[in-house]
Amino acid sequence: MILELDDVRVTLGGSQILQGVSFTVAPTGVTALLGRNGVGKTTTVKAILGLVSRTGRIAFAGTPVQRLRTHEIVRQGIGYAPEDRCVFAKLTVAENLTLAERRGADHAYDLVYELFPELKARGAQAVGTLSGGQQQMVAIARTLLNDNRLLVVDEPTKGLAPKVVTEVAEVLERAAERVPMLLVEQNLALVRRLAGDAVVLAAGQVVHRGPVRDLLGDAALTRELLGVGKAA
Amino acid sequence: MSTLVLLTLTGLGLGALYFLIASGLSFIFGLMDVLNFAHGALVTAGAYAAWRLTGHLPFALAVAVAIVTGAGLAALIETVLIRPLYSRPKDQILVTVGLGLALPALVQGIWGADARQLQPPRQLAGTVSLLGAKVPTDRFLLIAAALVVLAALKLFLSRTRYGLVVRAGVEDRAMVTALGIDVRKAFTLVFAIGGALAGLAGALGGVYFGSVSPGQGTSLLVFGFVVVVIGGMGRTDGVALAAAAVGLIQQFTNYYAASGLGDFAAVAILAVVLLTRGNRDGIQRLIRRAA
Repeated sequence: MILELDDVRVTLGGSQILQGVSFTVAPTGVTALLGRNGVGKTTTVKAILGLVSRTGRIAFAGTPVQRLRTHEIVRQGIGYAPEDRCVFAKLTVAENLTLAERRGADHAYDLVYELFPELKARGAQAVGTLSGGQQQMVAIARTLLNDNRLLVVDEPTKGLAPKVVTEVAEVLERAAERVPMLLVEQNLALVRRLAGDAVVLAAGQVVHRGPVRDLLGDAALTRELLGVGKAA
Repeated sequence: MSTLVLLTLTGLGLGALYFLIASGLSFIFGLMDVLNFAHGALVTAGAYAAWRLTGHLPFALAVAVAIVTGAGLAALIETVLIRPLYSRPKDQILVTVGLGLALPALVQGIWGADARQLQPPRQLAGTVSLLGAKVPTDRFLLIAAALVVLAALKLFLSRTRYGLVVRAGVEDRAMVTALGIDVRKAFTLVFAIGGALAGLAGALGGVYFGSVSPGQGTSLLVFGFVVVVIGGMGRTDGVALAAAAVGLIQQFTNYYAASGLGDFAAVAILAVVLLTRGNRDGIQRLIRRAA
């Protein structure tokens, strides 16, 4: 397993957001982290990266990382594309990418510019002036630049137009061929297309684990766990 | 005409001092959310370092020691006192306010409360005739120093990796760490740069006022904060313009309205800026931090 969470708990502002989350991420393919709004998916991702204080055990490629600080965890080989992208709006595209370069690693600009030719053309443009889809591409490009052993991608298609969603899906599919991925996503069509395994959270706990096709193939289960009328 | 020239250059000289103080404050707050009330004490430390050494060493060397004193003290304060308190903003404010009171008190304890005359080198003591005005030479030194610092800061921010980290950190510090960057090194560096500029401001302030005193840094710090709020957090150009504006307004008001009214005018401009225009994010952050 590339990533293992065991009894991870997070308390924010007095309320317990994660109440003992345990799951694993397979060393290949895409593992989808699913659940209704507000169940703790993003908090789980932040807990993995040490962006919120948490208890419990987290192991990355067999190494415990729960005591490490965020930059140390990331340097173990994790690429993170956060919810809402968190690109640096006042910096140019090229500067956003330069900042993501980690020392001692080869930087896969060839791959990035092959997947996102637009980013090369817009290198000198401030990221804040790009469209939402283009900003998402910068966020994903940052994760692909380094030789990562896991990508953590949080809601990459949120707020994007359908055409852009398709483009992002294609890129994620390409990325997933190279490196395992933990994907938080509400778009079930995309989950079905990309992910092999699913982990479902409800009220800060894991309530379901298993193959995506079993979950989404069962309309009643999907409705119960994800609150949607029908599986996409 | 000659009065106008003299007032303008004196105002710009004072603005240069404000810029040296405010640019450090602005980046320390923009990147780290730290309201560094000890910054004035660093100015005082630089001033006394320059005063002690002037006459014993060449003036340029005395200024260099003042810069190193400011940078060293700032780096020490950041690593020993501020770093353990990054998640405790109120305690951080208490520590910097405490230092801001204790260090000048220490200086007063050692060298006394009276202002000490700082004798600048002969080249700086005279005046330069410009458009009929006799302008003290040191005004040009102050303005030149501020322009060099402005250019150097802009180069640092735009051309170096640490500059990139600082600019990104001002926008979203957590995301910088999530890219695998140890942002704490940038914190120490920014604190040290701020301290170096405060030390320089102390030494040049000694030349501008002709003397150094324990409370000098703290008095200048007040206007440093005014300039930061008007100019914006982490904005070099904005801070430079605001510093020049505050210096000029103070001088002109003191001369044409009434002596002493210049300080009031600076605060009035601050109030107008707060009430009327943007940079609300920065100001709200500042207010939240202080509350």
